[in-house]
Amino acid sequence: MNIKTDTGQAQQLAAIINEHHTELLDGWMAGLIARLVRRDKIAENELRQQAAQLLPLLAGALASGDSFDIEGGAWDDTRQLIAEISQTRVRQGYSPIDTASFMFSLKEPLFAYLRKQITAQPEQLGDAIVSTSKLFDELGLLTIAIYQKAREQVILRQQQELLELSTPVVQLWQNVLALPLIGTLDSARTQVVMESLLQKIVDTGALIAIIDITGVPTVDTLVAQHLLKTIAAARLMGADCIISGIRPQIAQTIVHLGVNLEDVMTKATLADAFVVALKRTGSSITCQQQQH
Amino acid sequence: MERIPILRMGRLLLVTIQVDMHDRLAMTLQDDLSTRIVTDRATGVLIDISALDIVDSFIGRMISNTAAMAKILDARTVVVGMQPAVAITLVELGLTLEGVSTALNVERGIKLLEWGGA
Repeated sequence: MNIKTDTGQAQQLAAIINEHHTELLDGWMAGLIARLVRRDKIAENELRQQAAQLLPLLAGALASGDSFDIEGGAWDDTRQLIAEISQTRVRQGYSPIDTASFMFSLKEPLFAYLRKQITAQPEQLGDAIVSTSKLFDELGLLTIAIYQKAREQVILRQQQELLELSTPVVQLWQNVLALPLIGTLDSARTQVVMESLLQKIVDTGALIAIIDITGVPTVDTLVAQHLLKTIAAARLMGADCIISGIRPQIAQTIVHLGVNLEDVMTKATLADAFVVALKRTGSSITCQQQQH
Repeated sequence: MERIPILRMGRLLLVTIQVDMHDRLAMTLQDDLSTRIVTDRATGVLIDISALDIVDSFIGRMISNTAAMAKILDARTVVVGMQPAVAITLVELGLTLEGVSTALNVERGIKLLEWGGA
């Protein structure tokens, strides 16, 4: 019997949505705007548009007889629209609460109509409210699930972009490259660093590469090993490497760890390394005293 | 029998490896090179591996052995034109070709040998 009453309730709900489309929309918007953190005309218009799109889909899905099972085929279009709305919310920087409120805010105006229609039987009214509430809870949770998924994709993309961004190889001078390293060096990053450095050596025909580790917070044996590997690979390509930007603490750590950097030229600052690189490649910079 | 040609430029020997190296070819090249260094009284050997996409540990060791032999015969060896992928592979294999000079291309390699000889 449960299914039958469910279907009946769904039909009733669909009828309410179809009959009172405009009033529901107004009630929904009023509830939404009251909860909304970001308040501007464009956002309100957009909300209204999305709500107006969603209402007929909801009514259609309810009327089709699949009742309140939102995983069912009848709900495909509705789920898709909700997914789109959630994904747009992520890009626009709405909070998950704002996103879920979009679904929850429809409850109150709907309840008002349910109450008006089923005044005679309080039991039936209670059932109708419970199942409607359940439906919108599920829809609200769906928006959050999609929101979360979209957020994770954004984070994943940012991670990859950071990996590429944090290993820029810049040409300082003819035949001189610099590789300012920022952040912790792990195996994955070393691979990216090594590949981009070697490719740049081929592209520019550089003779000297300066690896600046000012932005590397800690140097342990693993990081040192990664650095030495990169230097060895560059040497095989015919380019020499200078490590610069070694802070006092890092110099101490390196010595305490017993890392052998004797075959590698090291300088305290990038400027010092650059001067050496210029000398090696046969260039020089002179300062001209300005007359006042 | 397949052989890798060794070109003579003054007192330099130029070897350009254009085919996939297999182990026997590498051994033959090593023999030929040591003979030619003596007969041509060469002071420098230039090995161009820019056409090689894959270098395994055997070829890597062959290159360092060749360099060591050349050194005994008083000739310097420069390996030029190593591809980034090859360099990474060799480093991962732990072969850093100690004692072998390297350069980006043939032109730079020749310059290096001339400076070293002067």
